[in-house]
Amino acid sequence: MSSEAVHADRAHPSYVRIYLALLVLLAISLLGPMFGHPIVTLVTAFGIAIVKATMVAAYFMHLNIEERYVWYILFVMLGFVLVMFAGIAPDVMLPAGQNWLHLPITPPAPPVHH
Amino acid sequence: MSHAADVRAHVPIATGRSATGIPTARLAVWWVLASEIVIFGGLIGSYVMLRLHHPHWAEEASHTNTVAGAFNTFVLLTSSLAAVLAHQAAEARNGPRAARFLGLTILGGLVFLMVKSFEWSNEIAHGFTIFRDVFWSYYYVTCGLHGLHVIVGMVIMGIVAADARRGRNLHRVELIGIYWHFVDAVWIFLFPLFYIAK
Repeated sequence: MSSEAVHADRAHPSYVRIYLALLVLLAISLLGPMFGHPIVTLVTAFGIAIVKATMVAAYFMHLNIEERYVWYILFVMLGFVLVMFAGIAPDVMLPAGQNWLHLPITPPAPPVHH
Repeated sequence: MSHAADVRAHVPIATGRSATGIPTARLAVWWVLASEIVIFGGLIGSYVMLRLHHPHWAEEASHTNTVAGAFNTFVLLTSSLAAVLAHQAAEARNGPRAARFLGLTILGGLVFLMVKSFEWSNEIAHGFTIFRDVFWSYYYVTCGLHGLHVIVGMVIMGIVAADARRGRNLHRVELIGIYWHFVDAVWIFLFPLFYIAK
């Protein structure tokens, strides 16, 4: 069955329930930092952000019933972002470098006026 | 021309033509969003690598208004619910109902921008300008770009809602909805980055 046929035939899920679940997740992400533990904050903030974004994409954007190749298009773009991250991060996060040579700088001679 | 004929006359080619299993118009929206992933991904990715290398940014981040950020997350999630209900109404061929839900979505966007302008004016008044620190440069550029996407979405949604009220081009309700949900998803990541990780 094509994606369009699936789109046309599907019964809509309860969007209000999904919305309420998203609000509960938002509340948890706000409560996380109150524990004062960085790992808990990391999981409740960013882990839940990934879950929330996936729910929005799957149910509100209907990616759960979309053609598979649309997922591939979006994931290829995410892959490009990861490539950018991997390419730039060493320069940004290791600014002291590993194999740099510190050469003495000879200042240029002052201009001679005749 | 009768109303029914008028509606039939406004069915664009992209609605019913497809070589890929989905309507060309929807595929075009996915391609737009694919390019947006690279734009926002580049900003968020470079922010993350700098943030990891500069722990003192946590001190700067402590000055952002978490309550305002959380309220805006609530507003955008609510507007996304209205957008998907508009899509449901459009599939039921109920244009006026779809237009009403789109109107609520636009209202959500308006509230989001009002809260954002309140936040920004307060922060700028306290000296947290775009030039204060690289953290604030990222904050204003990323949130500003996101705000521009909200404004563009509201304008397009207004045009789609005006058509939908007359029962025309109802397929566009889903298309602008997909865009709006993406803008919502981007904010879902910006919120912990700028407001929670302190």
